[in-house]
Amino acid sequence: MSTLFEEIPPAPADGVPVRRVTVTVNGRERTADVEPRLLLAHLLRQGFRLTGTHTGCDTTNCGACTVLVDGLPVKSCTMLAVQADGHEVTTVEGLGGPSELHPLQEGFKDEHGLQCGFCTPGMMLAAKALLAENPRPTEDEVRFALSGNLCRCTGYQNIVKAVLWAAEKMNGGDQ
Amino acid sequence: MTLTEPSRALDEIKIGGMGASRKRVEDNRFIRGKGHYIDDVVLPGMLHMEILRSPVAHARIRSIDTSAAWDVPGVRLVLTGEMMATRNLAWMPTLSYDTQAVLATDKVRFQGQEVACVIADDPYIAKDACEAIVVEYEQLPVIVNPTQALAADAPIIRDDKQGQHDNVCFNWEVGDKDGTDRAFAEADVVSRIRMHYPRSHPSPLETCGSVADFDRATGKLTVYMTTQAPHIVRAAVALIAELPEHLIRIVSPDLGGGFGNKVPVYPGYVMSILASILTERPVKWIEDRTSNLISTGFGRDVYLTGEMALRQDGKILGVRMHTDSDHGAFFGDAQPSKFKIGLLHSAFSCYDIPTAHLTARGVYTNKAPGGVAYRCSFRVTEAMFFQERMVQAAAEDLGIDQAEFRRMNFVRDDDFPHRTPFGFLTDSGQYAKCLQVGLDAIDYEGFRREQAEAAKNGRLLGIGISCMTEPLGAGNSREYDILGIKMFDSAELRVHMTGKAILRTGAKTQGQGHETTWAQIVAHELGLPADDIVVEEGDTDTAPFGMGTYASRSTPVAGAAVAMAARKVRAKARKLAAHLLEVSEEDVEWELGRFYVRSAPDRGVTIQECAMAAYSNMPDGLEPGLEANAYYDPPNLTWPFGCYIVTVEVDPVTGVWDVLRVVAVDDCGVRINPMIVEGQIMGGLTEAYAMSSMQFITFDAEGNCIGSNFMDYLLPTAWETPGYELHEVVTPCPHHPIGAKGIGECATVGGPAAFVNAVMDALKGHGVRNVDMPLLPDRVHEALTTRADVSGAPPIRTDS
Repeated sequence: MSTLFEEIPPAPADGVPVRRVTVTVNGRERTADVEPRLLLAHLLRQGFRLTGTHTGCDTTNCGACTVLVDGLPVKSCTMLAVQADGHEVTTVEGLGGPSELHPLQEGFKDEHGLQCGFCTPGMMLAAKALLAENPRPTEDEVRFALSGNLCRCTGYQNIVKAVLWAAEKMNGGDQ
Repeated sequence: MTLTEPSRALDEIKIGGMGASRKRVEDNRFIRGKGHYIDDVVLPGMLHMEILRSPVAHARIRSIDTSAAWDVPGVRLVLTGEMMATRNLAWMPTLSYDTQAVLATDKVRFQGQEVACVIADDPYIAKDACEAIVVEYEQLPVIVNPTQALAADAPIIRDDKQGQHDNVCFNWEVGDKDGTDRAFAEADVVSRIRMHYPRSHPSPLETCGSVADFDRATGKLTVYMTTQAPHIVRAAVALIAELPEHLIRIVSPDLGGGFGNKVPVYPGYVMSILASILTERPVKWIEDRTSNLISTGFGRDVYLTGEMALRQDGKILGVRMHTDSDHGAFFGDAQPSKFKIGLLHSAFSCYDIPTAHLTARGVYTNKAPGGVAYRCSFRVTEAMFFQERMVQAAAEDLGIDQAEFRRMNFVRDDDFPHRTPFGFLTDSGQYAKCLQVGLDAIDYEGFRREQAEAAKNGRLLGIGISCMTEPLGAGNSREYDILGIKMFDSAELRVHMTGKAILRTGAKTQGQGHETTWAQIVAHELGLPADDIVVEEGDTDTAPFGMGTYASRSTPVAGAAVAMAARKVRAKARKLAAHLLEVSEEDVEWELGRFYVRSAPDRGVTIQECAMAAYSNMPDGLEPGLEANAYYDPPNLTWPFGCYIVTVEVDPVTGVWDVLRVVAVDDCGVRINPMIVEGQIMGGLTEAYAMSSMQFITFDAEGNCIGSNFMDYLLPTAWETPGYELHEVVTPCPHHPIGAKGIGECATVGGPAAFVNAVMDALKGHGVRNVDMPLLPDRVHEALTTRADVSGAPPIRTDS
């Protein structure tokens, strides 16, 4: 029997092969003993209780599980937790500060860029990676950068506006 | 208590009342990743359930050997149909008067059907153990469409049902057959069309799931569950599992979308409940995407045949329709009991047509069960698609411009309430105006010139129009019920002494923003700032009984109940105001947020002061407290109108088509929160684009689902999705307390025909009348090269 999702200790049960992984999550170093097959999304959700990372499709298509690994967007439902060993992971919980929101979070609320909210964390993280690389994207560039993330509610138009809103703000524009 | 200084009524927009594009309060948790969805529910000692599904579409089960699964360390329970049967739970009723297998006992009837389940310490172990179960199947012939189902030698899929000697699930008809026959006898021209509205899956981004928690000590069963209608589930669980209703608590947490997919009661829910009862531990079941796509409620899959009787001058004299709908192995959707094919007979409601007749036949096939209303009010999506494709075909046959043909047949603005050919009573609208707004926006004449110019260079441009009014907000209770439960809805408003309030309703938000908009209705009725009102839904222990959120019924029904509850609170507050102002109740006047003395408007009290008085200074004989509940039974459905106009360019070589522009004109009556209304419309348009261009679930001849994951089942991304231009017309609903109509599904319902009509318009003159959705490039290409219609009916070939 395995208790995969506990941070160490406790020791894993007999017979279950485990690997110790150390991951810096949202700036905090965390360690866990995991089965080699454990998905990163599950380590984050069940192990570290960071439930803002959602799983929507299991096949890397929907992007609800998108997190940043060393700053690059990754679908955490198809990355093994052991592959994240020694790397830095940013989840939606690490996007804003304790009291203030990231401009993307503000933008998504301001431009009505979400409805059910399930795709939102992944969308924002994919957008964060885009803006880090391209601080002044065009509408088409935003649409292309988010094409690995599905939304079933909004029709994307307001998501695109939200990202452009955030870009404007991050570039010092007055919202 | 001090009396307030004289003041004018509050600025409603400033307090977040009706008409304010108030930012959503639910966003505060969602943007922080603090939503609380089903998979976020964790209870102490919780076990995990995984379901083993049939790999084949039709087979007799010879044996199930679960011994190896029991041997996997960490496994607590393995359930099969045989074990469910000992508790009378192998089968369950559906919400449309059929039965459905919870776990298969005799046969499997579709690929993906539930065969066994494992409950274990963690989900990985449960999956491992499922793979250790050995099932022996004896395969049977497979049926994947109505033609096969109705063949004389077809195997009987539902041999479990006594008296079932064929694969017909129902026969139903509505309208005036004789009158319609006469109209056709008198017609100058008869237009005909045949089409298949393909099977599609709502695919909310969050799949279905549940966490069942049975407490042996108290006898209480709590089930956290992805449901759009928690009270219906409570009633169903009470009936199916024979548990006392007061000891059942259904909690629907944040839902990651619904779109009809989360209305039915699924076998997984029932299994998790029994597993919790047997293990005396909480049991969580979270569906993976493939399970969601191959086993839960799909939408559409209707074959439509129609004829329209026409006078040469363009007047529509009558309509005949026939549908063959494919419900899969079990009729598993939720359906108002009087209407077997939902409200499909709401077709043609925006046109003044004297007579119509519809026959509908439902069939069983070896496909996943359902026929859910995928973002529509009980099959109106099929109705309006058919209507607007038929209208375009008729206009073409008559050689009349498609816009003009619609205009001349629209119900006039002064002709309401209007009795439709199938007997509905539409309430209001300005159809011609909406169409004109749309035509002006897209520059219809200008586009026609551009189209003609482009044609000279071999380019194929097209413009498609789709107009419709649809029935939203079931009931009234005279006509609408599910399992005999009348379709009203409810709200309960409790104002605290400091003027803050909590509102609960029997609806259940899934992204529509109820927490924001319901508070706006209360603000409108009471003058309490919307920020002072918290909205709670989804917990059957605290929410008043309601029929839930689907079929665009929240605003028409629960929203009306919110207004009525607030009005009851205001009526009581008036008594308190009279007491505080020391005048008789008749001398008290109301303006937003404040009561005042008619003869002395300077003397007044705020609603907040009345709230305090309700707990601290009530008059003798008046019951303390300030709260009310309301059960709203609508007098009629609400009838919004939508006009959608799309322009496209088709590549004549490849069949690929690009959307040039999308114009939407929606009249949903009074808009509570314009920002949210526009969000709903854009989401709906995207589903319309999706269905017309790529999104469908089909099957091969062996019943294999071709579209069992998001690699094969294509959903539009931000890249393909077009931009939208939105316009509005406002015709207040005459019978709704705040003049609102439903809107959540209008664009999904009316939109698809606009896209298809646009592509067909581009193909005009190429000998093609219909290409079935989705208009995949290869289908359009085939139509262009063969100059023939292209059918999308399964089975599709998978061997080439």
